[in-house]
Amino acid sequence: MEIIISNSSDRPIYEQICMQVKNLIMNGTLSAGEALPSMRALAKDLHISVITVQRAYEDLARDGFIETVSGKGSFVAAQNKEFIQEEQLRIAEELLQKVAEIGRAHGISYEQMVNILKLFYEE
Amino acid sequence: MEKNNILVRGLCKQFDGFLLDHVSFKVPKGRIVGFIGENGAGKSTTINLILDELKMDNGQIQILGMENTNSTIKKDIGVVFDECNFHDVFNTSDIEKILSGVYQSWDGNLYRQYLQKFKIPEKKQIGSFSKGMKMKLSIICAMAHKPKLLILDEASTGLDPVVRDEMLDLFLEFIQDEECSIFFSSHITSDIQKIADYVILIHQGKIIFEEQKDDLIYNYGIMKCGKEKFASISPDDYIIHRVTNVSVECLVRDREAIKNKYKNIVVDNATLEDIMLFYIKGGAA
Repeated sequence: MEIIISNSSDRPIYEQICMQVKNLIMNGTLSAGEALPSMRALAKDLHISVITVQRAYEDLARDGFIETVSGKGSFVAAQNKEFIQEEQLRIAEELLQKVAEIGRAHGISYEQMVNILKLFYEE
Repeated sequence: MEKNNILVRGLCKQFDGFLLDHVSFKVPKGRIVGFIGENGAGKSTTINLILDELKMDNGQIQILGMENTNSTIKKDIGVVFDECNFHDVFNTSDIEKILSGVYQSWDGNLYRQYLQKFKIPEKKQIGSFSKGMKMKLSIICAMAHKPKLLILDEASTGLDPVVRDEMLDLFLEFIQDEECSIFFSSHITSDIQKIADYVILIHQGKIIFEEQKDDLIYNYGIMKCGKEKFASISPDDYIIHRVTNVSVECLVRDREAIKNKYKNIVVDNATLEDIMLFYIKGGAA
């Protein structure tokens, strides 16, 4: 499992871990049932505190991406990827609708908005 | 089951011109707790009291669920001070001969494994070691009898960044066992910012805060504004402010809330060092 932490990023480290693990699960690098490194091992490898990793794992478990079995460790949850993606797409649609409303009401062009979105994607 | 490896309640100690004033904190199992404060704040006094090297005037200290005066807990504690106290003429096998007699739980394999991993020469006399090597040896010796609690007092002072990084490796290795904890004092806040789970700040013999490190570095912030703008800011929204010739800076507990409440205001992230300086120097610029 590859995880790259940026110390200069504004995003907290636990969020970076959470996002990257989600990404690894969604793109199939990590498959259902696969064991994640223990919280303590990951903390050691990344040279960060255990609580930080714990928080990332808790968030992942809350969002249904992993399951933590006490005494055994954390595993990628068996789940329907399409379902998660659809769910997220629905959330994104709602947000984009709001973007379109703001743009129309204030004369911000479609191209401008697209460029902004493109920038965020490449970030 | 006891949740804390160290529990300190209402600890007091009076010296001429110094008072350790009702100090309370805890070191939970499986956690690394950083203890920060300026020189003379009471860090070493607190540690010496915990180790029962000094007698407390008042209060309670529990280690691994027992009173700290109970001598049976000593075998479960590893201690490192800022100096290496082994005699110069010894080499690492002499040290092993001595310490394996002291500690029943001494693990010679673990000891030699650490020596190898951290490149400590086995035949050389300790007197010819560099400061970094001596410190690594001290930490290895404190860990080789497999304690449950590691207490370090300013152990990283004077070490170069490479050795300090290796030290962090040793620490994180140590807490792979979730029964074990580390309590370490340092004024090198960057080390604590990296690996500590909790941070305790002591100032003039009093505990100023005991917080989760992530809360400190992800929530706290430093707000900067002009004097005019500062007048419009509610005193409830910041902890401490200081006035400089060109602006006013305030330490705030929740930087996102401040950004939302006040528009057009600069709120920077705060490092542990920033937070410590704010609390210690207070209103003085």
